[in-house]
Amino acid sequence: MTMISIKKVQKIYPSPKGQVKAVDNVNLEINEGEIFGVIGYSGAGKSTLIRMLNGLELPTEGTVVVANNEVSKIKGSKLRKARQEISMIFQHFNLLWSRTVRQNISFPLEIAGVSKTERKKRVDELIKLVGLEGREDAYPSQLSGGQKQRVGIARALANNPKVLLCDEATSALDPQTTDAILDLLVDINSRLGLTIVLITHEMHVIRKICHRVAVMEEGKVVEMGPVLDVFKNPQEQITKRFVQQVTEPEETKETTRHLHEKYPEGKVVQLSFVGDTADQPLITQLIRKHDITVNILQGKISHTQNGSYGTLFIHLDGPKGEVEKAIAFINTHQVGVEVIANG
Amino acid sequence: MDNLLELIKWEKLILAMKETIYMTSISVIATFLIGLLLGLLLFLTAKGNMWENKLVNSIISVIVNVFRSIPFIILIVLLIPFTKILVGTMLGANAALPALIIGAAPFYARMVEIALREIDRGVIEASQSMGANNGHIIFKVLIPESMPALISGITVTAISLVGFTAMAGVIGAGGLGHFAYLEGFQRNNSVVTAAATVAILIVVFIIQFIGDYFTKITDKR
Repeated sequence: MTMISIKKVQKIYPSPKGQVKAVDNVNLEINEGEIFGVIGYSGAGKSTLIRMLNGLELPTEGTVVVANNEVSKIKGSKLRKARQEISMIFQHFNLLWSRTVRQNISFPLEIAGVSKTERKKRVDELIKLVGLEGREDAYPSQLSGGQKQRVGIARALANNPKVLLCDEATSALDPQTTDAILDLLVDINSRLGLTIVLITHEMHVIRKICHRVAVMEEGKVVEMGPVLDVFKNPQEQITKRFVQQVTEPEETKETTRHLHEKYPEGKVVQLSFVGDTADQPLITQLIRKHDITVNILQGKISHTQNGSYGTLFIHLDGPKGEVEKAIAFINTHQVGVEVIANG
Repeated sequence: MDNLLELIKWEKLILAMKETIYMTSISVIATFLIGLLLGLLLFLTAKGNMWENKLVNSIISVIVNVFRSIPFIILIVLLIPFTKILVGTMLGANAALPALIIGAAPFYARMVEIALREIDRGVIEASQSMGANNGHIIFKVLIPESMPALISGITVTAISLVGFTAMAGVIGAGGLGHFAYLEGFQRNNSVVTAAATVAILIVVFIIQFIGDYFTKITDKR
């Protein structure tokens, strides 16, 4: 079932230099229970796009329907009611510093007019859900970044929303805390069946929790699909750059160049594994069947929500012809091969 | 020393101090309420905020600036007809109240506006994203989140008001200013003037102490 549908949406801002198209003819359908990621550099329009999903921004043209509410059209109390089903978490948490953890989580319930005893019960549940037991009476200033975001998540879940919007929710956190928060989001998604839309500039976040991804550049969605497909076969230059963020660490190029100088003979080859092929003993077979030496330079396997994806950099050397045969052999195993440097 | 203290009419001093405290307390309460209201209106009608309205904003802004700029001693004189209608007399503590409030409220309104502008926009936006209406935002976000600044602002305003009451005293409102002027200056009794000064300082220090205490306990940042 479609939870969110964005049709022909445009957002144009007036500016001294003329009009700026922040979002340019975007069409998206997001299914119920899906974790959908939007990735792009700053200024790509992803922030504007996500803020149109709860009516914080209105599209200049087009329609936005979320959980059967035409958010781009409704106003006043109807919009406020709809917003209780579409909650949001933020990069800078946006907690009320004058309230304790408990009171912060209680805030959306107060807005929804929930009775005091009901509120207390619900807040206790939420504190347990996000793992903040023992910190109920702390003020935000006494919490770490990760704990603050947990309060943000608990607050967002208070009124049992159908959709959770994450606006760069992990961008202000360190890598370990980011992973813990992402795990929590996956847990909430599977336990509550919540639809999650997140925007980020980190491919790591997309890789770790998203089912599908849309890549944005200059207000347009330039590429979209299941995360594994996009990883396997990125089409656009910008997508390739994002995929490299996780599959190809900075130092790889340097290492291969260095090794190529050291071993002028043979070939440096990049292997890409997708899904099940990531588990085959390919290298063992390669050495047994061919008269070559294999030197592993660098490797990495990334797990996505719909399968694994890995890259391995190896150096092959041996008698003339053997190396080519070995590459042909790899090709028969549904593993991507790309020769990076020739001896 | 005993001789010096005998020069002071203690009963009159205590009475004058009570009058000063009375005028200050009533005018601080009224200034807080009126200033808060005006400050909220200034903030909410400003560009990019919930009730954005250039006309209302400019009108309030002009009124606030005019009344804030008139020296207090002149304001009292200007307000004599207004006070006479309202209170019926120009003498006594109550007669000083309209001028005190009209003089201090615009000053405090600006402080309220500044305090509200310090609130992180993201917090207001987060509240809107939860479906908060304007009432929720004003009473559950704007006022609690700016409370330390609102309190330190009213503390500063209250201290200015003590000074204003002294000025009002000279033209007949009673209080420590009146006491110092009439009993000290006019009768050439500098001991009385000094005693009145000490009494005013005590009132000011107490206000500062209370203000600092409440600023501190409300500030959870």
